Amino acid sequence: MTGYVIRRILATIPVLLVVSLVVFALIRFSPGDPAALIAGHEALDWEVEAIREQLGLNRPLPVQLGIWFRDILRGDLGTSIVSKHPVLELILQWSVPTLSLALLTEVIAVSLAIPLGVLAAWKANTWIDRSVMVFATLGFSIPVFWLGFLMIFLFAVQLGIFPAAGYVAPTEDFGAFLHRMIMPAVATGVVLMALIARMTRATVLETLNEDYVRTARAKGLTENAVLIRHALRNAALPILTVIGLGVAGVLSGVVITESVFAIPGLGRLLINSILARDYPIIQGVILIVSAVYVFINLLVDLSYAYFDPRVRY
Amino acid sequence: MARDREAAALVELRSRKERLSQVARNVVYQSRRNPTMVGGIVIVLLMALTAVAAPLLTSVDPTYVDPFVRFTEPGAEFWFGTDNLGRDVYSRTIYGTRISLTVGFTVALFSLFTAVCIGLPSGYYRKLDAVIMRVMDGLMSIPSILLAIALAALLGGSMQNVIIALTVVETPRSVRVVRSSVLSLREQMFVDAARATGVPPLRILIRYILPNTMAPLIINATFICAAAILTEAGLSFLGAGLPEEVPSWGNVMAAGRNYISSAVWVIFFPGLFLTITVLGVNLAGDGLRDSLDPKLRRRM
Repeated sequence: MTGYVIRRILATIPVLLVVSLVVFALIRFSPGDPAALIAGHEALDWEVEAIREQLGLNRPLPVQLGIWFRDILRGDLGTSIVSKHPVLELILQWSVPTLSLALLTEVIAVSLAIPLGVLAAWKANTWIDRSVMVFATLGFSIPVFWLGFLMIFLFAVQLGIFPAAGYVAPTEDFGAFLHRMIMPAVATGVVLMALIARMTRATVLETLNEDYVRTARAKGLTENAVLIRHALRNAALPILTVIGLGVAGVLSGVVITESVFAIPGLGRLLINSILARDYPIIQGVILIVSAVYVFINLLVDLSYAYFDPRVRY
Repeated sequence: MARDREAAALVELRSRKERLSQVARNVVYQSRRNPTMVGGIVIVLLMALTAVAAPLLTSVDPTYVDPFVRFTEPGAEFWFGTDNLGRDVYSRTIYGTRISLTVGFTVALFSLFTAVCIGLPSGYYRKLDAVIMRVMDGLMSIPSILLAIALAALLGGSMQNVIIALTVVETPRSVRVVRSSVLSLREQMFVDAARATGVPPLRILIRYILPNTMAPLIINATFICAAAILTEAGLSFLGAGLPEEVPSWGNVMAAGRNYISSAVWVIFFPGLFLTITVLGVNLAGDGLRDSLDPKLRRRM
């Protein structure tokens, strides 16, 4: 197990390296002069020069790359061009709403999708199964922002059950947080829910055909015990993978829902920075979010190995 | 001699006829056995038809601004209402079909092509594989919307650049698909046989391996098409995609985002078209997977 853990942790290094290289290349290899692009159309020459100086864009490329890696390893992501705040500080500040929304999304999606998937597998080829599957296909065809707006229109404008927008920190007032975040979380989570429900159905269906399930039924276990203790338990691993992979989808979705529901999170920070051409922040957000994603997938893989010794090979 | 040729032509003709009727029978058979795929394909075809016939289906220019009819409710004159500038939402939605389908199909095609060019050698040559796969892993761990936003913003938001950005974002997954089928194919007997008889590697890749990777790749391409349509709409909606004046569904909806309580139709109708289109592509992909690749059927 230790060997596997070490190997798996080491394997994230090249991935993170590539991510940081991609982010590094984003600005340097985009067409046109990045400094002029950042400074904007009306900028004077010395302003462009100052930005070039601040970002180190006037040095040779290998030197830039060296500085880039040195700074990342130090945890220095540069400073914002607009607000002059350190990028890392800004990201940490703005990531709280994003992370809490993402977490709530995952919780809602998982707790609804797994029972739905098990139900569909249990009632395979009945109308229940078919409606779950139709819902699932619909789930990843609906654009997140459209769903969000429809929910705002229905639940906030027409019925007035939920507030249309806004954010309250969960540590401040958890009830108010839930009240405001339920709609964005459901809107973001529908895609993930669809994925998990499909995966759960498929794997549970597979395990339901196994001999040990027949044995469990034959020895007189209740249908519930068969489904949950035998079938679902053995179907847990693929489902876990989908949940891990879903994190990327959730993070992407959150970027959009934040804009729809006016939540001050990383997505808003990113969009604002793009509109303001604040490149250090853009780099930082992409870097940090991707690192979080890599880290979560590492955790998923490790738990995979923990639950299923065959993986450790 | 002449008679022989005549007979051959007759056989040819008959077999062509048979093939045609076989195709017809196949369509009937498929629609009975695989109604979701046929439903999906019908949706996509209808949307494609709408895109082609857009000028015939509309009478108002989608970019025509008329401040006197701002926020008109859907009715006889404006079927889907008008937006904040008095533009006809129906006309904009119909024309939006063109943009979304163009983006979806081009991105699917481009990433299919790129994935083959990268994935084939990667699966075949071990040393190349390690490097290429790490790069793909890296690209895949950047959430797609983030990368697409950044790329589109840096390149500048034109149609061409949005397509490039989406292709970069969507290709890695297809590379994985190609590569994994190459990995298993190159150990197969018929590839060994080809190698033993001295077929050069490039020819092996193209004539022996490529055709066998097509099924999973085409299935993947449909899902890429769906994802590209959705992502483009999202990008444009956030203001990081196509220029505002282009009537893509994302842009049409973006015009209504601040008026949700008074003019929900500006967002509702384009979104409905978007959802139906993506659903159609996804259904077609699901169906294709079931009929082309029965092995994949049990998963998902």
